[in-house]
Amino acid sequence: MQLLAPRAEPPQVYITLRCLRLIALLPLVACLGGCNFVVLAPTGDIAAQQRDLLVVSTLLMLLIIIPVMALTAFFAWKYRASNTDAPYEPEWSHSTQMELVIWSAPLLIIICLGALTWMGTHLLDPYRPLDRISADTAVPAEMTPLDVEVVALDWKWLFIYPEQGIATVNDLAAPVGRPIRFRITSSSVMNAFYVPTLAGMIYAMPGMHTELHAIANSPVESRGFSANYSGAGFSGMFFRFRGLPEADFDAWVAQAKQAPDALTRAAYLELEKPSQNVPARQYSAVDPALFDAILNMCVEDGKMCMSEMMAIDAKGGMGIESAAANTLPLTYDKHSRRGTVLGGAPSYVAGVCTPEEASRLLTLSSAARARAPVSDLAPVLGAGLPVPGLSATGLPAAGASALSPISLPASEALPGPRRPSNS
Amino acid sequence: MSASPTIEPSFLFGRLTLEAIPYHEPILVATFAVVALGGIAVLGALTYFRLWGYLWREWFTSVDHKKIGIMYMVLGTIMLLRGFADAIMMRLQQALAFGGSDGYLPAHHYDQVFTAHGVIMIFFVAMPMVTGLMNFVVPLQIGARDVSFPFLNNFSFWMTVSGAVLVMTSLFVGEFAQTGWLAYPPLSGIGYSPYVGVDYYIWALQIAGVGTLLSGVNLICTIVKMRAPGMTLMKMPVFTWTALCTNVLIVAAFPVLTAVLALLAADRYIGTNFFTNDFGGNPMMYVNLIWIWGHPEVYILILPAFGIFSEVTSTFSGKRLFGYTSMVYATVVITILSYLVWLHHFFTMGSGASVNSFFGITTMIISIPTGAKMFNWLFTMYRGRIRFELPMMYTVAFMLIFVIGGMTGVLLAVPPADFVLHNSLFLIAHFHNVIIGGVLFGMFAGIAFWWPKAFGFKLDPFWGKMSFWFWVVGFFFAFMPLYVLGLMGVTRRLRVFDDPSLHIWFLIAGFGAVLIACGIGSFLIQIGVSILRREQLRDTTGDPWNARTLEWATSSPPPAYNFAFTPVVHDLDAWWDMKQRGYTRPLTGFKPIHMPRSSGAGPILAGFSIVLGFALIWYIWWLAALAFIGLIGTAIGHTFNYNRDFDIPAEEVARTEDERTRQLAQVNA
Amino acid sequence: MTQASGTPASGEAPVFYEVDEHPHPEGHSTMLGFWIYLMSDCLIFAVLFATFGVLGGSYAAGPGPKDLFDLELVALNTSMLLFSSITYGFAMLAMEKDRVKVTQLWLVVTAVFGLAFLSIELYEFHHMIAEGATPQRSAFLSAFFTLVGTHGLHVTFGLIWLVTLMVQVGQRGLVVANKRRLMCLSMFWHFLDVVWIGVFTFVYLMGMLR
Repeated sequence: MQLLAPRAEPPQVYITLRCLRLIALLPLVACLGGCNFVVLAPTGDIAAQQRDLLVVSTLLMLLIIIPVMALTAFFAWKYRASNTDAPYEPEWSHSTQMELVIWSAPLLIIICLGALTWMGTHLLDPYRPLDRISADTAVPAEMTPLDVEVVALDWKWLFIYPEQGIATVNDLAAPVGRPIRFRITSSSVMNAFYVPTLAGMIYAMPGMHTELHAIANSPVESRGFSANYSGAGFSGMFFRFRGLPEADFDAWVAQAKQAPDALTRAAYLELEKPSQNVPARQYSAVDPALFDAILNMCVEDGKMCMSEMMAIDAKGGMGIESAAANTLPLTYDKHSRRGTVLGGAPSYVAGVCTPEEASRLLTLSSAARARAPVSDLAPVLGAGLPVPGLSATGLPAAGASALSPISLPASEALPGPRRPSNS
Repeated sequence: MSASPTIEPSFLFGRLTLEAIPYHEPILVATFAVVALGGIAVLGALTYFRLWGYLWREWFTSVDHKKIGIMYMVLGTIMLLRGFADAIMMRLQQALAFGGSDGYLPAHHYDQVFTAHGVIMIFFVAMPMVTGLMNFVVPLQIGARDVSFPFLNNFSFWMTVSGAVLVMTSLFVGEFAQTGWLAYPPLSGIGYSPYVGVDYYIWALQIAGVGTLLSGVNLICTIVKMRAPGMTLMKMPVFTWTALCTNVLIVAAFPVLTAVLALLAADRYIGTNFFTNDFGGNPMMYVNLIWIWGHPEVYILILPAFGIFSEVTSTFSGKRLFGYTSMVYATVVITILSYLVWLHHFFTMGSGASVNSFFGITTMIISIPTGAKMFNWLFTMYRGRIRFELPMMYTVAFMLIFVIGGMTGVLLAVPPADFVLHNSLFLIAHFHNVIIGGVLFGMFAGIAFWWPKAFGFKLDPFWGKMSFWFWVVGFFFAFMPLYVLGLMGVTRRLRVFDDPSLHIWFLIAGFGAVLIACGIGSFLIQIGVSILRREQLRDTTGDPWNARTLEWATSSPPPAYNFAFTPVVHDLDAWWDMKQRGYTRPLTGFKPIHMPRSSGAGPILAGFSIVLGFALIWYIWWLAALAFIGLIGTAIGHTFNYNRDFDIPAEEVARTEDERTRQLAQVNA
Repeated sequence: MTQASGTPASGEAPVFYEVDEHPHPEGHSTMLGFWIYLMSDCLIFAVLFATFGVLGGSYAAGPGPKDLFDLELVALNTSMLLFSSITYGFAMLAMEKDRVKVTQLWLVVTAVFGLAFLSIELYEFHHMIAEGATPQRSAFLSAFFTLVGTHGLHVTFGLIWLVTLMVQVGQRGLVVANKRRLMCLSMFWHFLDVVWIGVFTFVYLMGMLR
């Protein structure tokens, strides 16, 4: 099947399945031609593979669902009380052969489905760098993915293009045929980043980052949105997604470079405040350490970055004198936050570095990540299944990485605990 | 928010101000008017007919498991109306909010509506109905006279009522949560939900949770300890088996909910950092913990429904249940596996591929025992004589609808498929498919099946069939469009839309909701008509369906003591066996029967709980302290009452049984 | 148990009901029920332990266990609770012999040990809060105060229950109902002991090793 051997000739079974799929979809396509079944007819290769898995699973299950439904209807009709011709065996209640069949039939289907699931899940792991552009084209060795840093804000999306040095709000564009690597976080609450035509969704969570690898295979104009309820402005959290030919993408970047504003930290803090139904906008330049500052929840000056905090915590905390001394009352008010009724005023942990140092460290960490080898292109094989990305490159394989934002070289990150400079 | 969330709490009223009453929202004012008028009418009628004393003595303070079961069903039905009102408001909003229109519900209101709909339907409709049926049926089915802890049973019921009262209060005083029914932090934290909504959510569920947990302990003990002689575990009726498994699940799952909500409350009240973004908190832990409760909860609801369908299928097919043993093992396997699948509710959180596929595959494995059950029902029908009474109609509808829901459920268990369907209307369609087609149809089948046992007359078949067809057709109209919309990439909890091609589907779904409204209406009419026509529908045999299990061996309604003599069981279908082998009712030799005494402590404790919850929600500390002292004081005071039982004299038993002998003679004459 | 048949005429006919039945004695399933309740309570603690396991290293650049815990004090505290368990055992032995006075005496001793445990715990909490290590300071401290505090709350309720039972035993003596209640409290008390051993090991000892 397609999932098992991405670069091989499509084997016979896959062609059969594809025909079956078309037949299964025919009634839908026929009677609902006017509607846009984006989940069933995406343009991106990842979403298309996910769709294939959906369809194949459905067909597998129909193998048992349809007979059960038919038998239910048939038995209900045949053995109705008024039909006295039908045999009646009130004491018949056991048959070892039947029991074997009714347990093993679902079991067989689940074994097939389970194997499909195991392979599909590993192949389509959102953290896994892409190894193919489409079913018959591998990613060329020299091609690097386009980095896009995604921040879910209340209630709009911020996209930062570190390579191009631009940022946009509610406006996402990508060149056709080049893999995209999204790094996703959120500023306040949970959201889910979802562009149906491109790839499946993944949560955007504050203080953590998730990743998604996807590709746009043909020019497309579509939409993305948050797929996890995040508060009052949730319904307006849509953004435009466009897959553009290379030249158009460059033109789009050039146009963004003409935008009047730059996304500085101050501009970000202004943007971050809750707002609804925000129109698309662009920033001509962006603070290179901004995404890492957002991820580490230390855009505000003087706030300790999560990375710094975690490095300190890994060494056992900052001692008893830090209990009361290094927290400061929070003046910046993100929502209507006002502390808790019995727990006192809101506060934050003050950074131990000066703002300049903190900024430098974040820039270093971004650079270090940029130098890391991008992808492990080893295909996932049927047997054994090494977890992609884990061993070869040290790229995080999910789970752990969702918990730990970035790892700083501890020696560099920690000049040693110090009094907060602004207390 | 209209009521300012930044007011400083005052000593006397906490943060409760006049602004908290939503008199400026016409929809709520109208609702309040209707509820108030209806309430006054009911209260007036009760006073006029001098029913208060009767209700207090015979019902509210009763420790009779049958009456408590019936009260649970009443609670579930009333809350169904509220939950459905929320549903139809959502359908209307989504049908209207197209082409630039903002609909008629602002976000503040709409977001409360969908949260309340989920909370009410799960905690205050499905749970009371399931608990109610188990309460009513299980002791009768195992040949017992009551549950193990009769007073605790009454207390559990009233705690559930307290939770429901708090949720209803939020409609007219303050607001309900705007977080979705599981209240994920950080959104449900104090920083992003500063007002009372989430606090109502927390305290309503905590109080109701106490009731649920205690009733779980109670029913486990009852089933383990109080079965009639001869009823070994493998001769227990299937419904009792599913009830046992469900209560094991309740006892093993609800403490997790209690703990996780307590931690959320600590975050909101004293500023701890369990689920906050800052200070090392971890919101993902909440999501994990709440689903460790939440997934077993699904099986808590569906297992008793499976039990009902098993009883109904074999009764109305006039046949022994096919594959009893494999049915029991399937139930137990589902019980165990339900703890190994919680992560499938958030594949999209970014766990690794191996973790995701592990949980995906365990989820699929659950479909094997479920599939086996489906076949067991199928082969119970095979070579039977199927009478299509209402319970059987619901069962066949369940079998046809549930397999669709099961299929889409397994589909969602494939992580890459879930990536494109998670949180979409496809998901909504899926779980309504299994909850309506499974749990709710199970409850309706159970109500129609056991109604004659509870009241001594059958339900009116015409209005029952009306209700059935409205529900089935309405279900297809309301939820099939949601599957379609899910495949079009439409996500859940959206309030406005701008893609006109979606509109038609929301209109169809809205039409389906109207059909379901007719179904609920027909159900209520059915009950009313049946009560009016009760003499025509009367059943004096105690066994109107020619059924198989012990509850049908006694009269309808059963006497307070259930069985004059404790039955002795020889066969799985004990009553069928008794009928087959020439059982004759004993007519003499009655003895006094030891029974538990009624107690008013349950409703009083629950009343204090409501006040305590309300005071905590509104930061009225003095009132909370008083209510807490009252709660503890009453509980301790109750333990000083050592006089908790009495004997029904032998003469009274003889009188009751003679009356039944006369009734049976009339039938046979 | 004598059983009568439905059809008394024939000797081998099946028996369908009990004629000479003995009603379930009052409280016949109380022990089982209370045990099941304890297991559910145990799950609450399991969640709190798991929470501590997840958050126990999140000091938010604040103090860690080594800065806060005084193992000697905690060891003293532990011994208080362990002794109270032993003395409760003595109370139960006296109860078995129906010696009301002795039972009461051991219950008093148990209560004193329990109170000592609570006092030491409150002193520890007070000390930490005074130094700024409040439950709000870090996720680690939130989890610590909640886990240990929940155990402390349980002990408090155990003490209230103990006093109630002492009054009831004083009023009615060691009647069956009171014996059953003392048994339940016994299970509860030893359960708290076991949980505390978990707390001591998992929170304090392993915290110092972190």
